[in-house]
Amino acid sequence: MTPPGSLLCAERLHKAYGPTVALDGAGFSIHPGEIVAVMGPSGSGKSTLLHCLAGIVTPDSGTITYDGRELSAMNDAQRSALRRSEFGFVFQFGQLVPELTCVENVALPLRLNGTPRKEAERAALSWLERLEVDDLAKKRPGEVSGGQGQRVAVARALVTRPRVLFADEPTGALDSLNGERVMELLTEAARATSAAVVLVTHEARVAAYSDREIVVRDGRSRDMEHAI
Amino acid sequence: MNARQWARDLAQGVRFAFTGGREGWVRAVLTAVGVGLGVALLLLTTAIPNALAVRHDREMARSDDLVLDTRIPAAADTVVVAHVDTEFGDTTVRGRALEPEGPRAPLPPGVDRFPAVGEMVVSPALKEVLESDSGKLLRERLPDRIVGTIGESGLIGSAELAFYRGGEDLAPYIDDARATRIDEFGFSGSPAEPLDPVLLLLVLVVFVVLLMPVAVFIAAAVRFGGERRDRRLAALRLVGADGRMTRRIAAGEALAGAVLGLVFGAVFFLIGREVAGGVEVFHVSVFPSYLNPSPLLALLVAVAVPAAAVLVTLLALRGVVIEPLGVVRTARPARRRLWWRLLLPLAGLLMLYPMIGKGRGNGDFNQYLVVGGVVLLLVGVTALLPWVVEAVVARLGAGAVSWQLAVRRLQLSSGTAARMVNGIAVAVAGAIALQMLFAGVDDDYTRNTEHDLTRAQMQVDVVRTVPLESAAEKLRRTEGVRAVYAYSEGMAGDRPKEPESSTWVTAGDCAALREVATLPSCRDGDVFAVPGVEYDTETPKLAVPGRTLYLDPSYEGGPERATVAWRVPHGLKQARARTWLTGAERGGFLITPGALPAEAGQALFQEVYVALDPSARDAREHVRNAAAALHPMTNTTTWAATEKSGRFTSIRTGLFAGAVCVLALIGASLLVSQLEQLRERRKLLSSLVAFGTRRRTLSLSVLWQTAVPIALGLLLASAVGLTLGTVLLKMTDTPVRVDWTSVLSMTGIGAAVVLVVTLLSLPPLLRLMRPDGLRTE
Amino acid sequence: MSIGHTLLGLLESGPRHGYDLKRAFDEKFGHDRPLHYGQVYSTMSRLLKNGLVEVDGIEAGGGPERKRYAITDAGITDVEQWLATPEKPEPYLQSTLYTKVVLALLTRRDAAEILDTQRSEHLRSMRILTDRKRKGDLADQLICDHALFHLEADLRWLELTAARLDKLREAVTR
Repeated sequence: MTPPGSLLCAERLHKAYGPTVALDGAGFSIHPGEIVAVMGPSGSGKSTLLHCLAGIVTPDSGTITYDGRELSAMNDAQRSALRRSEFGFVFQFGQLVPELTCVENVALPLRLNGTPRKEAERAALSWLERLEVDDLAKKRPGEVSGGQGQRVAVARALVTRPRVLFADEPTGALDSLNGERVMELLTEAARATSAAVVLVTHEARVAAYSDREIVVRDGRSRDMEHAI
Repeated sequence: MNARQWARDLAQGVRFAFTGGREGWVRAVLTAVGVGLGVALLLLTTAIPNALAVRHDREMARSDDLVLDTRIPAAADTVVVAHVDTEFGDTTVRGRALEPEGPRAPLPPGVDRFPAVGEMVVSPALKEVLESDSGKLLRERLPDRIVGTIGESGLIGSAELAFYRGGEDLAPYIDDARATRIDEFGFSGSPAEPLDPVLLLLVLVVFVVLLMPVAVFIAAAVRFGGERRDRRLAALRLVGADGRMTRRIAAGEALAGAVLGLVFGAVFFLIGREVAGGVEVFHVSVFPSYLNPSPLLALLVAVAVPAAAVLVTLLALRGVVIEPLGVVRTARPARRRLWWRLLLPLAGLLMLYPMIGKGRGNGDFNQYLVVGGVVLLLVGVTALLPWVVEAVVARLGAGAVSWQLAVRRLQLSSGTAARMVNGIAVAVAGAIALQMLFAGVDDDYTRNTEHDLTRAQMQVDVVRTVPLESAAEKLRRTEGVRAVYAYSEGMAGDRPKEPESSTWVTAGDCAALREVATLPSCRDGDVFAVPGVEYDTETPKLAVPGRTLYLDPSYEGGPERATVAWRVPHGLKQARARTWLTGAERGGFLITPGALPAEAGQALFQEVYVALDPSARDAREHVRNAAAALHPMTNTTTWAATEKSGRFTSIRTGLFAGAVCVLALIGASLLVSQLEQLRERRKLLSSLVAFGTRRRTLSLSVLWQTAVPIALGLLLASAVGLTLGTVLLKMTDTPVRVDWTSVLSMTGIGAAVVLVVTLLSLPPLLRLMRPDGLRTE
Repeated sequence: MSIGHTLLGLLESGPRHGYDLKRAFDEKFGHDRPLHYGQVYSTMSRLLKNGLVEVDGIEAGGGPERKRYAITDAGITDVEQWLATPEKPEPYLQSTLYTKVVLALLTRRDAAEILDTQRSEHLRSMRILTDRKRKGDLADQLICDHALFHLEADLRWLELTAARLDKLREAVTR
């Protein structure tokens, strides 16, 4: 069933939180370097789908295949290692460690992978430059604006050169101008490193940065490319 | 602004204190427990002077002091009281034999009728001992029938061991100063004897040391959940409360915990009072009824504690502006300065300094200086710790990720971290100092360095009516006895009365005499002169063969004695003194039994020194029993309690328990604030997990975050504790000895608290790290 | 908006007189612009000519308004196709979309599908605009933004409608 050439693929996912059904047979597929928007109203199960795809949450049933490997067959440590090395994450807010400086925040994923501090921070600084926020390197997250913080978060997500970037409402807390700029930088950087992007959003103008979109409604997904 | 408005705002705050969900009342209860402990300790402290006064009065009321200038003749209203004290373990049992000489003989307090011969009345504590298995040996010694108990008015403590038994033919012992004839018990109008200054010092330090961490804890407790409260206050501002109102509401919240704490405190005090009835420190125990705080002081406590809680809250809010949309902290706090923080402990040392070296003899310690000095030193810990934490943490380099996360967090909020461990640091510092003082003073109280304990450990004074030889034989056959040395001793003078020169006479067999001096040779019938002992200039004058001396000459005012003439023999040998069993050198004449006049026994005291088998259990009790079996008036002295370590162990255990309780309380508050912090960081934790942070990394970072400030706190606490302990020991003129066991055990508990808090916060941490936290809703 | 497809769609639920058709149309779609009889007459004759409807019967008295029309299989297919084809994303097309959704509900088709298809089409346009904007100068950007915001407004309407499909079904089929 896995479409040929697919990097990350999910089929018939079911996930319930107590009586609340979050996913009810949803599926998903993304190719290397592709940007796919996951759309749908609030509470439709978009975020749960993203969490399942990233191996943060284990679905009750269904299969998730990443690069030929079955995610549900891995244990927590293996999935954590996968997230550290192959995946990157950008969330709506609250993901930067407030005590660490921006450059330390960006260096964090590299350091979790065992990169020495100096080297990690050098790489982090070059990513901050790329996202035009290198002047914030020594500042703490509390001292930068929302848009700047989100760029730092994007830098942090990409610093490990992940093959898949998961972005959950990355512009949710930003105004349109800042949101647009973050999206431009994110997609450009992703394309430059040929990272695939799973972009969860309910905003059409954010989804417009994607190559295609799938719609999640009531826990079921519709892949619009295949529908037409 | 009127009183009604005030009351309404405070009531609103009180309501918030208890309706804030589980955290709300957990915080209120923790605050209350802290305040309660403080209140109870304060009440106990205020009750202590009263308790000591009552003890003193009781002691005076039952006094039958032997040193009376005037002797009174036997009459219808006199009683002969003989001292028959004994020891059990290392506890003195106050014993009196009573022989009423007429129908109007006075009764000692707490006793309602005279026990007949073969009967005794005992204190409740002694009764318990006698009836217990461990008291069997004592029961052998005190076989009289128990016909009643001594009432509270006749005892000076709940744990006092005392008995009165019936006696007969006690009058002859009056001459030996072993008994006295009195027509009333007690001294009237005797001034209260001041408390042993060292004991007073201990009491003061104990209470300061226990109170300080509780005070620090209260100060921290009323700030629990500060962030949540700030948000709540901000919400109140949004719906129209003004700045003053929010402050009053916050004060109301603190007040609620404090008032609940007063109730807790009263309960704790009542419990503590009962418990205090069963506690004995340095053989001092009290009855619960002694512990009555003066009403004025109690009222002061009841008003001061809640007031202090409110004050701390208002002070904490001083640097905070609560705006409708959140809380603004006024300006970034300036870098902490060292000089005034150092000033506090230095001032404390300065206050204690003038009392150094005063010792027990003239240790008239100024109570205010002692309390002030100790308080300042301990407060110095709380003042220095934030600076130390800030200074050290700022210099900590980056290491592993978990370390970096922890260090950076500490750098950003070192004040919070320091505040959390302040209580532990103060408690540990105080406990270390206190244990040092206890250990040192305890040594001082028990060690008797004069006697040569390797050769003999006990002394039995055998009454004249018992032949020394048979007494020695009985003691020699007693279980656990290795050797006995029996002596008759007394003085020899040049005249039977009012002699101009006199010297010692010590009689015993050759083996016994060899303990007194190095003899060239010894056979029964020999007599030796031992000159050259310090302070003895008389022996050479008197050691003239053929000269008649008088054994035990009497002096004007002293009791009349039978004096026995003795002629210095021609075969007098010379001997060189060696250190005797008593630890001193004994000069004079050494006489073997064959050379002693038969009637000399009437003139001399009889003493048996006993060497115990160190491995024999209860050897001392057996000796005491054997001695008592010789004659009821036999006096036994134990030169040193070899069980003294056992006694110190119980004190150490008590202190340990107290410290553990205080630390557990502080640990609980640490846990609460730790969990609160974690919950605030829920989203962050989830996102860290999302991008692959190992749980181990996050758990370790939580551990470092607590461990680093606590390690610094314990280090500082050890330094201050050792300093304070040293100063206190110097004040009591006791050799300074660091009790490393207590330092290690105290810091050990502190470290254990960190571990436990971290372990307990791990399950919620792991729960918080679940991806639910990522949900945006 | 296609009156022909709309009338065809209305016929799917059963044969009707021309007059009935006009009334049903006015009631459901023509709130402020009722149809003329002439429009109905000319449209029906065109549909008849194309074989999408047939005359089911004529009442006594004659005249176009007395004819009863029924939809043919070809007509059903035609409606089907029309509904499935997304509208070219452009401003002010709610009325068409609305008509499509209501008709889908009336004919028990999947109205959500229509909305999804339309969203996809809108997004395609928005992607093109976004791309143009990225490459263009400020003027291009502003022009593209104008279009993007309008499309976004449409999409928001689509989402809202999608969320209220159940209520709408109740209302139109009552």
